[in-house]
Amino acid sequence: MTARIGVITFPGTLDDVDAARAVRYSGAEPVDLWHADADLKGVDAVIVPGGFSYGDYLRCGAIARFAPVMTPVLEAAGKGMPVLGICNGFQILCEAGLLPGALVRNDKLHFVCRDQWLRVENNTTAWTTRYDAGAEILIPLKSGEGGYMADQPTLDTLEGEGRVVVRYVGGNPNGSRNDIAGICSPNGRVVGLMPHPEHAIDALTGPSDDGLGMFYSALDALTAAIAS
Amino acid sequence: MDTPAVDTTAHARETPEASQPYLELGLAEDEYARIREILGRRPTDAELAMYSVMWSEHCSYKSSKRHLAYFGKTTTDEMRAKMLAGIGENAGVVDVGDGWAVTFKVESHNHPSYVEPYQGAATGVGGIVRDILAMGARPLAVADPLRFGPADAPDTRRVLPGVVAGIAGYGNCLGLPNVGGEVVFDESYAGNPLVNALCVGAMRKEDLHLAHASGTGNKIILFGARTGLDGIGGVSVLASDTFSGDETTGGRKKLPSVQVGDPFTEKVLIECCLELFGKRLVVGIQDLGGAGLSCATSELAAAGDGGMRVELDRVPLRAKGMTPAEILSSESQERMCAVVRPSDVDDFMKVCAKWDVIATEIGEVTDGDHLVITWHGETVVDVPPRTVAHQGPVYDRPYARPVTQDAVQADTPDSLPRPSTPDELRDTLLRLVSSPNLASKEWVTQQYDRYVRGNTVLAQPSDSGVIRIDESTGRGVAVSTDCNSRYVFLDPYRGTQLALAEAYRNVATSGAMPLAVTNCLNFGSPKDPGVMWQFERAVHGLADGCAQLGIPVTGGNVSFYNQTGDTAILPTPVVGVLGVIDDVRRSIPTGIGAEAGETLLLLGETRAEFGGSAWAQVVHSHLGGLPPEVDLERERLLAEILVAGSRDGMISAAHDVSEGGLAQTLVEMALIGQCGARILLDPDADPFVQLFSESAGRVVVAVPRSEELRFTEMCTARGLPWRKAGVVDPESGSLEIQGVADFDLGELRQAWEGALPALFEA
Repeated sequence: MTARIGVITFPGTLDDVDAARAVRYSGAEPVDLWHADADLKGVDAVIVPGGFSYGDYLRCGAIARFAPVMTPVLEAAGKGMPVLGICNGFQILCEAGLLPGALVRNDKLHFVCRDQWLRVENNTTAWTTRYDAGAEILIPLKSGEGGYMADQPTLDTLEGEGRVVVRYVGGNPNGSRNDIAGICSPNGRVVGLMPHPEHAIDALTGPSDDGLGMFYSALDALTAAIAS
Repeated sequence: MDTPAVDTTAHARETPEASQPYLELGLAEDEYARIREILGRRPTDAELAMYSVMWSEHCSYKSSKRHLAYFGKTTTDEMRAKMLAGIGENAGVVDVGDGWAVTFKVESHNHPSYVEPYQGAATGVGGIVRDILAMGARPLAVADPLRFGPADAPDTRRVLPGVVAGIAGYGNCLGLPNVGGEVVFDESYAGNPLVNALCVGAMRKEDLHLAHASGTGNKIILFGARTGLDGIGGVSVLASDTFSGDETTGGRKKLPSVQVGDPFTEKVLIECCLELFGKRLVVGIQDLGGAGLSCATSELAAAGDGGMRVELDRVPLRAKGMTPAEILSSESQERMCAVVRPSDVDDFMKVCAKWDVIATEIGEVTDGDHLVITWHGETVVDVPPRTVAHQGPVYDRPYARPVTQDAVQADTPDSLPRPSTPDELRDTLLRLVSSPNLASKEWVTQQYDRYVRGNTVLAQPSDSGVIRIDESTGRGVAVSTDCNSRYVFLDPYRGTQLALAEAYRNVATSGAMPLAVTNCLNFGSPKDPGVMWQFERAVHGLADGCAQLGIPVTGGNVSFYNQTGDTAILPTPVVGVLGVIDDVRRSIPTGIGAEAGETLLLLGETRAEFGGSAWAQVVHSHLGGLPPEVDLERERLLAEILVAGSRDGMISAAHDVSEGGLAQTLVEMALIGQCGARILLDPDADPFVQLFSESAGRVVVAVPRSEELRFTEMCTARGLPWRKAGVVDPESGSLEIQGVADFDLGELRQAWEGALPALFEA
């Protein structure tokens, strides 16, 4: 039996079909989760995909964190379920308190869509074991509020504990502190990042297939858990 | 209850001589008289509002209709065979094979975008997306042909960043990839930028929905956003006349005529509609765009087989005290109107509730032949719907070739000083590459999401956008829009055919077979006989060209009154071509260097053609002579060879030769591919002509060396001229044009990519 990975759809979510496709490409089974249902349908992992949940009104992710589906997500994450937040999903996980810090408007004030080089800084999380430490990967970045901000003690903690998962290389696209593109929870099970690995699963439709590694990694983690 | 006193049909009968503000609403004296004749009485305020918006130039095509009929006359049965819906529907639909139907359309949002660039452009995207949705299709991608004043003009710095941010803000939030479009600068657009928006969508053939209200007793459901005071008179005042400055209206203060968009509501509306279509809960559907409810109710009723009754007081509002006339003419965004069987209403409402979409039953289809609209039980509209929707005035505007046209065409670029030494040629190339019209548009396009939904195979700066529509088979479509308005100004007939030829060629250059055409005809005032002549010539050029190429025009849009004072914009008939590709994995990229050992071939013939060229503009600020010749038979042959070459894996990269000539094409192929090349010019021909002429019907292809002989033999056998233009050299890091200059790729990149950021980065 293959692993089942849930993909949440909020009103205004856009990249849910892409996240589900990436899950399918990795060999796992994608399961649609609906924002209004406090039900994870027994999935083994959850992806909070990109988009503009609730129109990003008030503040990115600020409304979505109150959606009924987030209650079981927080519970499951507390018990070690792998959770991946991509772009708006990363913003939602920060608002929900699963990850520290916040995402703010890009420093040049424009939406930026580009193929972005990232360095994998931590290859021990539930979502990055398939990468070599220090590997450089090419993944689309597309966001208007992607600047990662946190206070200095938080940044020190993240850096000190190796919780910066991916970092921008070849120029900081949005003013993120320490060039941070993605971070993880202390146990490495919850990962949030601004770039979109689900858009780099096939060189036909993306700049590379470098993003697939994240989905394979989760599948490995889940298969190992089932085996043990 | 503080319902404002309203003008009912009974009251209208009793007060035949009441004075009415028809002139202020944009109706002419004789048009008003005709309304009175149709109704046999004066119209009520609400009826007057409906007729004035529906008989506006924007909605009724009153100045263009006569000429647009030529498209129908030139469409043969063979061309029509692939069309599932054509001109007159919300958008044209074509059969692309495997049971798939594709719909696409371009619309203008020029005037609102000048008044309020962000919202004007944003709601332009929103409107065209709802047009596609109203055909029953899932919108797949958007593209935006844009025209601005000079890149360094102060007002361009106001308009362009706002327009681009508006397209990005709306389109990105809507979750549609932006895959193409154009950004062109010319001083004629300084007081009148053009913001055209294209959307393409796909559906299974059996899911096509047409806008009509059939079946007595079927319910009319308005769903989506609430109706407010925004955008009232948008089509009749803003889009249908020249700006006259002060737009004060008596009485209550109205919101600006530019609508305000909410892309989140539209995204939810799209998903809601698609679920409704999927569950087969919709009999007919119409989007609310220009002219709002006036348009939706009258068009639905006019296209159906009965009448319609609407209770206007049931419309959910977001402003207090709105009058029936205001509700009917509001252009509030993100609204749709559906015809639903009574037995399906509950299920319809459940789907809307799931998506938190407000839905309200506002009326029903009746067995009469009138559209009757009531307000708290009193009749405020009682009209034959076809007289509102389809039987507006038709004008035979005078048109005449301007007396200045001969002088323009006689002023050829032949006597302009040309570069001849290697240093001069080198400087000319760099100057052109860094000029705003030829420079990289990445500063604009990187603000657009091109990846969302994961089906984008090619996007800007490719010749066309390529979108996969079927993941299991790889079937996809390619779309490109083009118009060189300088060519059109010099010769509207030929210039429009050149726009068609380029869009057609661009689609083929990506490996797709061109299938159908749409257009957005942007012109000055139809009251100017010279402008009407340009228009008439452009329509004939396009229609004749399509007939020659064997692909139908499936729809289009006309935007008149694009002028400042007496000065019209350069005539800008934007032509969009849609093509189909069996397998998107065979689509052809622009950049060279994908395969080891490629030969560069120039297909087509180069003549000394500089009328309207980028060189004449950039170096000499010159616009005169005749545009390049157009040979549509040649274009068709070229397309067939490109498609065959892509199908058989013989072409690894291709790029069309257009503005800026061969030099520009080669620079872009090298920079996009991040790969150098060595170029061999013909020693017996003028290097300036070879590098910068804009002769049409040309494409540069990169072919793997192993395929070179097979490919060139195919070209020779089929009579397509070709010559070897050089070799790709991944090791060199430069574009070497032998005998002229060696350009370091870094230097070229700085020239090409640095121009727009230098102009628009704060």
